[in-house]
Amino acid sequence: MGRTKNDILQGTLTLLVLQTLAARGPAHGYALCERIQSASDELLRVEEGSLYPALHRMQQDGWLKADWRLSEKGRRAKFYAVTAKGRRQLKKEAESWDRLIRGVALVMQPLADGADA
Amino acid sequence: MSLAARIANIFRARRIEAEVDEELAFHIAERVDQLTAQGMSRPRARREARRRFGSYIRQREETRDMDIVRILEAFLGDLRFGARQLRLNPGFAAVAVLSLALGIGANSAIFQLINALRLRSLPVPSAEELVSIENQGRFMRSGWSSGRHDIYTYAQFELMAEHQEAFQSLLAFGTDRFNLSRGGEARYAQGLYVTPNFFQVAGVSPMLGSWISPDTDPHDCAGAGVMLDYAFWQRNYGGDPAVIGKEISLNGRSFPVLGVTPPAFAGLEPARRYDLAVPLCADRLLDEDGQGRLVNKTAWWLSPIGRLKPGWDVERASAHITNLSELIFRESVPESYQPDAARRYRENKLQAASAHAGVSEVRREMEAPLWILLASTALVLLIACANLANLLLARASVRVREVALRQAVGASRRRLIGQMLSESLLLAGCGAALGALLAYGLSRALLVFIGNNGYPVEMGLGLDWRVVGFTAALALSTCLLFGLVPAMRATRGAPADAMRGGRGSGGGGERHGLRRTLVVSQIALSFVLLVGALLFGQSLRNLLGSDTGIRSEGVLVAAIDTRTASLAPERRLEVYGRLQDGFNTLPEVASAAAVLMTPFSGSGWNESCHADDDPAHTDGDNVWFNRIGPGYFETMETPLFAGRDLGEQDVAGGPQVAVVNQELVRRFFGDQDPIGRSFRTEPRRGEEPDVYQIVGLVKDTKYNGLREPQRPIAFLPIAQDGLSPIDMEYVLRARGSFASTMAGVKRQIAEVDPGLQVEFRVLEREVAESVLLERLMANLSGGFGVLAALLAALGLYGVMSYMVARKRSEIGVRMALGAQAGDVLRLVLSEAGRLLALGLAAGVAGAFALSRYAASLLYGLEANDATTLAIGVVLLSGVGLVAVLAPVRRASRLDPAVVLRDE
Repeated sequence: MGRTKNDILQGTLTLLVLQTLAARGPAHGYALCERIQSASDELLRVEEGSLYPALHRMQQDGWLKADWRLSEKGRRAKFYAVTAKGRRQLKKEAESWDRLIRGVALVMQPLADGADA
Repeated sequence: MSLAARIANIFRARRIEAEVDEELAFHIAERVDQLTAQGMSRPRARREARRRFGSYIRQREETRDMDIVRILEAFLGDLRFGARQLRLNPGFAAVAVLSLALGIGANSAIFQLINALRLRSLPVPSAEELVSIENQGRFMRSGWSSGRHDIYTYAQFELMAEHQEAFQSLLAFGTDRFNLSRGGEARYAQGLYVTPNFFQVAGVSPMLGSWISPDTDPHDCAGAGVMLDYAFWQRNYGGDPAVIGKEISLNGRSFPVLGVTPPAFAGLEPARRYDLAVPLCADRLLDEDGQGRLVNKTAWWLSPIGRLKPGWDVERASAHITNLSELIFRESVPESYQPDAARRYRENKLQAASAHAGVSEVRREMEAPLWILLASTALVLLIACANLANLLLARASVRVREVALRQAVGASRRRLIGQMLSESLLLAGCGAALGALLAYGLSRALLVFIGNNGYPVEMGLGLDWRVVGFTAALALSTCLLFGLVPAMRATRGAPADAMRGGRGSGGGGERHGLRRTLVVSQIALSFVLLVGALLFGQSLRNLLGSDTGIRSEGVLVAAIDTRTASLAPERRLEVYGRLQDGFNTLPEVASAAAVLMTPFSGSGWNESCHADDDPAHTDGDNVWFNRIGPGYFETMETPLFAGRDLGEQDVAGGPQVAVVNQELVRRFFGDQDPIGRSFRTEPRRGEEPDVYQIVGLVKDTKYNGLREPQRPIAFLPIAQDGLSPIDMEYVLRARGSFASTMAGVKRQIAEVDPGLQVEFRVLEREVAESVLLERLMANLSGGFGVLAALLAALGLYGVMSYMVARKRSEIGVRMALGAQAGDVLRLVLSEAGRLLALGLAAGVAGAFALSRYAASLLYGLEANDATTLAIGVVLLSGVGLVAVLAPVRRASRLDPAVVLRDE
């Protein structure tokens, strides 16, 4: 597990995609990569290899819908948008993410205070 | 996603793939734009973009697989769920799988035979171009016939080949068997006489060795030799390549082995094997008078097959050949035909038919019965499906609450139906797999059944796409048949209603209605099958009970062949006499007699004859002849009614005498005394008629089959046969076992002449084989009828049990109010009676409509035999009553107090 910088935690990719699409409107896969990267101040980098399978899975689960449109540069691209079901899912995942963060933070507290340098 | 959508997705895979490709290509293009904007060169940017993607190809496939994997995963999940459901209900699963396996197995077995006989193409290149020439309508064929399919003389074939324009070339073949042994017990091989172009037209080149040039003159016998079948070569020569050039003895004459055909080729007859083939001219070499059938215009022995020219199809070729008929028959009239015969001969018409599956007399005999059997097995399968649908409906009513609960928490109806169908599919799949195993054994058993000793029936029954497809289609359609309606019913109700629960009177009545409809149709279908079984069974009984005029039990037939003995023709009759005397001295033999053609052997000889007082202006009556030695009637135990037996006094050169049967007397002399009268044959042109004086009258006997209408038969003494036949048969009434009799006979033969050959047959078996088809139909349809009746009884039992369970409270209340057990009985029985009556009424109508298809296979009764219908009604009613006995008892024993407490 030598990689340090930007592996996205298993399971959070869905959350990030839903959030990004919900907040900033429909987008194609490439734009999604860029948006997540820039929104996270380049801390997170979406791996292209896992993005598309995730998009397709979410589309099948009915969280995303997709249609083909022309991109800004006039290329045909597949644009994804969040469905109502996806928004409900986003709410659920955001809540559990929130709980996870708080929980992890609480657990990490003593360590951060004490020993390690 | 619903099952349907997921299945659709599999078929959409290609489109999905293309979409994914396009999506990823877009991504890479954008990335390349970005990187080049940052100053990277285009090729490097492209490499970098792909690198970031990981392996582009793998990526692409993973993305696409996602869709398909999910489809399959969900489907497997459904299957697992189905399997779990079935494990919870092993009894149901076992009944379902077993009844489906029986139904599917029987269907698949019959289909394999139909496939091998009718559907599957011969394993030769472009088999669809092969076309056979066949008779059309009434066909006049008089003379000496030998061969299996529609057969023609060489003169006719020559004219066909010369004048036809439809075929690249035309081959012909005749069938025969050849004795391989040089003495002692005969050993036969199935042989073909073929035109020199036979293998070329068939598209087969020898795997080993060679064959004579296809352009050889058929009369030229210089290079004549033998082509071996691959399996025969393996069997008899252990696959030794050095066989080429070796000599092989056919009927005592040596021929060199020229070649071996490749393993896939087994001749042009789908149900027969061929062991070896010789050119047509070999017939001359093997013929004792050195003439052979190539020059005999009344020898019918050849089946022609042609390969269509490009641009020709079967219809066009058929019209062409029909047009040629007049020329062909005009130019080939045998000189010996009388004017009347010649006129009828010239009216013969030909046609062409596709021979992609080969030509086959087995097919002609078996095809109609096989389709009838396939229809029967399809009905059995339908009944089994109705049963399963009924069982599933019953289960669905048990699972109503579970289903309602799942619907209430959001499961879609399609999803639930999909899940239930997966369970049905699992059942059907297991049934089909087991059925396929069953079919494997059953189809082979059927083949053994329809074959006989002389000419074994062989078919390649290997699995091909048709058989696999047929079985799979059966599984799928049965699954839909028995699974879909129950699944739709089960998920239709509003969840809230079902949850409110109780005994739910809502949709129940209608559901019950469906189940009753299913049972009524089961009863109707099984009645049709039962009537079929009864008809075929009675036909067989009529046949077996018919009087043959002989006692075949305990009679051994010894067929003697003198070809391998160096015996002058004029000495043959003397040898036959010595054999007869020798056999009669054997202690194992009660009596023995020579006979030219043993009854039921398939050989025959007939001529048109007139009574002595008939001026011969009318058409003669066809009389069937045989030649016998002294003691024949005694050996066969045929009673002599008047006059005397043939005996030693009837010698060559004396007055020609005959013993005739009752039928001949009926036709020629009415009720007059026939002894001392005579009859004569219609002579061939330019010859004198034969006149036979009647010296004796015997009981009517069958000539070649149990089915045949009684024929007029005349028995002539062998001693007066001017032709001195090259082979002779002996009927021997055995005193001891057949084995010891055979040993004694062989000893006697060796004493007379060690070069003689013998082949043994058992007369009783030959008689039985003449009703093989009838036996097959009776046995199989009987089996299917019983199976169908059982399944229908099971269905009736199920529905009645269900009805009693549902009406439990009603019955309880009635009893509490004072109804007697008799009233309850009437309630239940009237319901059962109504179902039975409806089913039987529909069944009688169905049997009336369908039984005419079986008419041609029946013997001694009409297709709409009233007695048979009545027996069917009684039988099925009986079975039905037994089936409802248990539910009725259960109803009449209900304790009202217990019932009412439960409510």
